[in-house]
Amino acid sequence: MAHAHEVVEKNVGLLGVLVAIAISFGGLVEIVPLFFSADINQPSPGVTPYSALALEGRDIYLREGCYGCHSQMIRPFRAETERYGHYSLAGESVYDHPFQFGSKRTGPDLARVGGRYSDEWHRIHLMNPRDVVPESNMPRYSWLADSTIDPEKTVGKLRAMQTLGVPYSDEDIAAASAQVEGKTELQALIAYLQGLGTAVRGAR
Amino acid sequence: MSNFWGWFISIITVINIAGCLWLIRWTSKKAPGEEDTTGHVWDGDLKELNNPLPRWWLWTFYLTIAFAVIYLVIFPGMGKFGGTSGWTQVGQYDQEVQAAEAKYGELFARMAATDIETLAMDENALRAGRNLFVNNCAMCHGSDGRGARSFPNLTDSEWMYGGDPSTIELSIMMGRNGVMPAWGPALGADGVAQVTEHVLELNGREHDATLAAAGTEKFAMFCAACHGPQGKGNQALGAPDLTNDIWLHSGSREGIAQTISGGLNNRMPAQGEILGEDRVRVLAAYVYSLSLGGERGTNTE
Repeated sequence: MAHAHEVVEKNVGLLGVLVAIAISFGGLVEIVPLFFSADINQPSPGVTPYSALALEGRDIYLREGCYGCHSQMIRPFRAETERYGHYSLAGESVYDHPFQFGSKRTGPDLARVGGRYSDEWHRIHLMNPRDVVPESNMPRYSWLADSTIDPEKTVGKLRAMQTLGVPYSDEDIAAASAQVEGKTELQALIAYLQGLGTAVRGAR
Repeated sequence: MSNFWGWFISIITVINIAGCLWLIRWTSKKAPGEEDTTGHVWDGDLKELNNPLPRWWLWTFYLTIAFAVIYLVIFPGMGKFGGTSGWTQVGQYDQEVQAAEAKYGELFARMAATDIETLAMDENALRAGRNLFVNNCAMCHGSDGRGARSFPNLTDSEWMYGGDPSTIELSIMMGRNGVMPAWGPALGADGVAQVTEHVLELNGREHDATLAAAGTEKFAMFCAACHGPQGKGNQALGAPDLTNDIWLHSGSREGIAQTISGGLNNRMPAQGEILGEDRVRVLAAYVYSLSLGGERGTNTE
């Protein structure tokens, strides 16, 4: 053959296969081992699955696109841990499907917002953020107070999580509808926020 | 990381680097018998030459491979081998925190050794306290400490739990949880209206005298235990004074009725676990200075 690499250059299919192999090296080394690492796929001490109400709140967090402005990932830099608390651990996100690490902070990180403010503060803040933080540019989410959670759907959501490996017992699932009955979306979202990052306490 | 995955990573990494090296050598040299041109000819005599990569370009590829090898010797990357430098992400973080703690921790510890009354007169402590306040307290109490509806004003002389230095420190350290039960079910709609008028009477405002008189007995039965028979409040319980113009929640007739029937559950989160004792003391000094009367506390910039 005239030129050794002509084979690759003239066969698009072969080129594609070789490119895929070349790219997969990175994933094989950096991602695949993490699937089997206990640090990553086992819950950190104290991390429990979301309550039915918090899980509904989490769905509202997704629906309203909160992740567009709020991350849930405190990186191990002092500048971050001074403000937000202990850096995030992989084991804290094992029951998140999908995780809410985010990549944009228009607002603050929420990975450890649980317990930082009172429920009442969250209620006021979600109804109109400027009532408590005058310089805030967060939109108001006042309609959440007017719509209630549909308890019929909650069971299905817990089942889906169970299928994904979240250890909900059958009793948890049976009790789910009663837990969210009559609750507003606002209450669900606050329940979710108040639980965020509370398993790992203190350490600053 | 188990041994298996350690080796898995190491072997693929070595194969990858060796593969790059082989690929560069393979494409940079002409095979024996390979021609000087690609065989393409344009305009009769314009030929495309089949030259190897320029030497400098080739060497940048070799340099990246050399960099990878050196990096993998010094830093973690080859499976379980942590690199000769012993560097870890968490190790670097811990160092950063220790360095800061050595610098600031001592500063705060020195301040915290002083009593709060003295600290409240110290410019440096107030400046540090103000920074802590803005970062941790301003979301509820406002950056000027004047509060908002449902969040107490810290710059006046009215205190729910007491405004002496040690009580302020305790409030910040442990947080507070003020609970007023919902009296709607016990009082009924009429009862709520009567007690509301009585509270307005205590507050010295316009009220319906008949209803207020009917509410007096109910107030004594349900409300006086915490708010006192005269409605003067009780700082030990965080029950507010109902006779002055300061209303934490709503002071309107409707607002008062709403509070009586629905109750309240107002919580200030504990900061001790987050900030630690030393910083809480400095913060307490700043808050105390706010209540000492305007100028001192706010003009520390």
